Amino acid sequence: MTRVLLIEDDPAVRRGVVLGLSRNGHETEAVGTGEDGLDALVAFKPDLVLLDLMLPGMSGLEVCRRIRETSRVPLVILSARGDDIDVVIGLEAGADDYVVKPAGAAVIEARMRAVLRRVAPVQTGTGTGAGPTQVGDLEIDRDALIVRKHGEELPLAPSELKLLLFLSAAPERTFSRQQLLEDVWEHSYYGDARLVDACVMRLRAKIEEDPRRPAYVQTVRGFGYRFGPLPA
Amino acid sequence: MKLALPPGLRPRLVVAFVLVAALSELITATLTFRQARSAILDRTQNGAVHDLRLQIDSLAPDLPTNPTDTDLRIFARQLDRASGSRGWHTGVSRDGGPLIGTAGDVSNALRDATKSGDTTFYERVEHADGHRLRIGMPINYTGRGKEAGKPSGLVVYAVLPLDGERADISALVNAAWAGAVPALAFAVVSALFAARRVLRPVRQLRTAAEKITSGALDTRLDVVGKDELTTLTGTFNTMAAALERDDAKLRRMEANARRFAADVSHELRTPLAAMAAVTDALDEDARSGTLPPDTADALLLVSDETRKLAGMIEDLMEISRFDAGAAVLHLDDVSLRTVVHKTLHLRGWREPDEVITELPGDDPRVRVDARRIDVVLANLIGNALRHGAAPVTLRATATQESLVIDVADDGPGIPEEVLPHVFDRFYKADAARARSEGSGLGLAIAMENVRLHHGTLTAANLPDNGAVFTITLPRTLRQEDQP
Repeated sequence: MTRVLLIEDDPAVRRGVVLGLSRNGHETEAVGTGEDGLDALVAFKPDLVLLDLMLPGMSGLEVCRRIRETSRVPLVILSARGDDIDVVIGLEAGADDYVVKPAGAAVIEARMRAVLRRVAPVQTGTGTGAGPTQVGDLEIDRDALIVRKHGEELPLAPSELKLLLFLSAAPERTFSRQQLLEDVWEHSYYGDARLVDACVMRLRAKIEEDPRRPAYVQTVRGFGYRFGPLPA
Repeated sequence: MKLALPPGLRPRLVVAFVLVAALSELITATLTFRQARSAILDRTQNGAVHDLRLQIDSLAPDLPTNPTDTDLRIFARQLDRASGSRGWHTGVSRDGGPLIGTAGDVSNALRDATKSGDTTFYERVEHADGHRLRIGMPINYTGRGKEAGKPSGLVVYAVLPLDGERADISALVNAAWAGAVPALAFAVVSALFAARRVLRPVRQLRTAAEKITSGALDTRLDVVGKDELTTLTGTFNTMAAALERDDAKLRRMEANARRFAADVSHELRTPLAAMAAVTDALDEDARSGTLPPDTADALLLVSDETRKLAGMIEDLMEISRFDAGAAVLHLDDVSLRTVVHKTLHLRGWREPDEVITELPGDDPRVRVDARRIDVVLANLIGNALRHGAAPVTLRATATQESLVIDVADDGPGIPEEVLPHVFDRFYKADAARARSEGSGLGLAIAMENVRLHHGTLTAANLPDNGAVFTITLPRTLRQEDQP
């Protein structure tokens, strides 16, 4: 059972989604505004937040930013909008994934499950139990799911953590964005590659010394991303 | 042979001006030349005749009444000596007899003319070594006898060269030519000037028309002066204003229509979102067998149609994005084989029962928006499976410049009258035909996606059987800042 906080202003959609979620056995708290959502975040302590972007009063994007200031709770955007720019901004503001409305309960369920899975599928040859690995200034602890930089724990959102663990498990190997979508986000091959780009951007802002000249998560133009090699 | 007129107003104007100038020059020169020539020659002639007459009048009285040949020869020599600057040679003939003297020969015509009368005749002849003036002058008896004033039967012929006069005349010709050159040059210059005057407004009109053709409907021309071209410029401006007005109106109407479609789909999405969230629950209960059969059927119908409606709205939104120019390419280097197989796998299409693929053996990497190409392939294959017959053949060939993908089916093909409309939105080949699975936008969306790649999508019928859709994509697409 998962505790889901749904922030959605349209009563019908709220009812529909709550109905669908509770059919799947989740405990749902539904609120109609961003302000109520931020309150509920503290009171309800959800395992996951479903957030509509079009909210009266405080916008969904603002809510997204506020949540990320204090919490690493998995965050999935519910977007009714056709214009993709909002989705991108939402992802850049810290959302882990998004669902485009109208979406069936099965689709929402699948996205939630993927975000909630704490680690990406383990790659071949990288078992757990090896203890923390040190890469440059980063210390990656695969068992505790903690990443430290200069000994300080980094507040990585679930998708950021998963992406870093996935990439660093195979250093210097290049993954295409489609591959990352399938393996880290559990989207189809044709998912939205901007999920990857936005997440890489957020991750770089947290782990890199100079996000414009990344050392850990590097871009391989025309192919995708890879972890390292660190400059000597 | 037909003389081809040079194209363009300017060369024509120049040719016309030069022709007119040359013609008037020619006429003027000819008239002047003829007039001046005859004036020069007449003066020379009259002078010569007058001088000869004087010499004869002064020398002839010394001749005996019946002069011998020797007398005549001396007479001719005396005349020759008296020729002065005219340089004539004379000869004397008695009663039409042979010439005595140095005059050479004279024509029979001149002899016949002077034979009987007492009138002086002359003729101009062209000789191998220059022009000659020949004068035939009968001598009359002088003195006071009864014979005085009557023809003596003696005729003096004088031949004198006209070389000096010729030189004068050819100088005249040269002067006429020399005058023609600046006149013609002047004609060319004024033709060019006139052409400029006429052509400048014409060129401005042309430039303006080209601008309007390329979409700058706010193009206007300055109206200067009061000639026919000014009127034309004014009319042009009026036309441009009318065009701009109509264009703005049409654009506004079209934008309104499109915004309406986008707004409608958007408004429909919210209630659909609520419905879609519960369709899975409906399906589950309907299939559980606990509900009355009618209710279960109704529930399945509602949830199915809700899903279709959601798909349709999705397609409408997609088309609206294209219309609004909001669709962007996200290019990636991807394996063609992977793209095709992922598309088939995601839709659950089986190889080779439903789809046969013929891909290049070296599996080229192509730079495309994989998600959009997936939509194109899925729509084309889905369409072929619905309207054609399985198996559908997907054949791809890649060259340095382009990637060509054919999607062919084995069905009855597309009727000729439908072919031009297959990519139209909501086009139904048969108005009465039952609603098909798709939204009616699938091929239109495929077309827009291919266009976004700067490629082409065409539909045709195979010679034997079936329809074929051909995607051609350029392989040189570039997009900055994409990994």
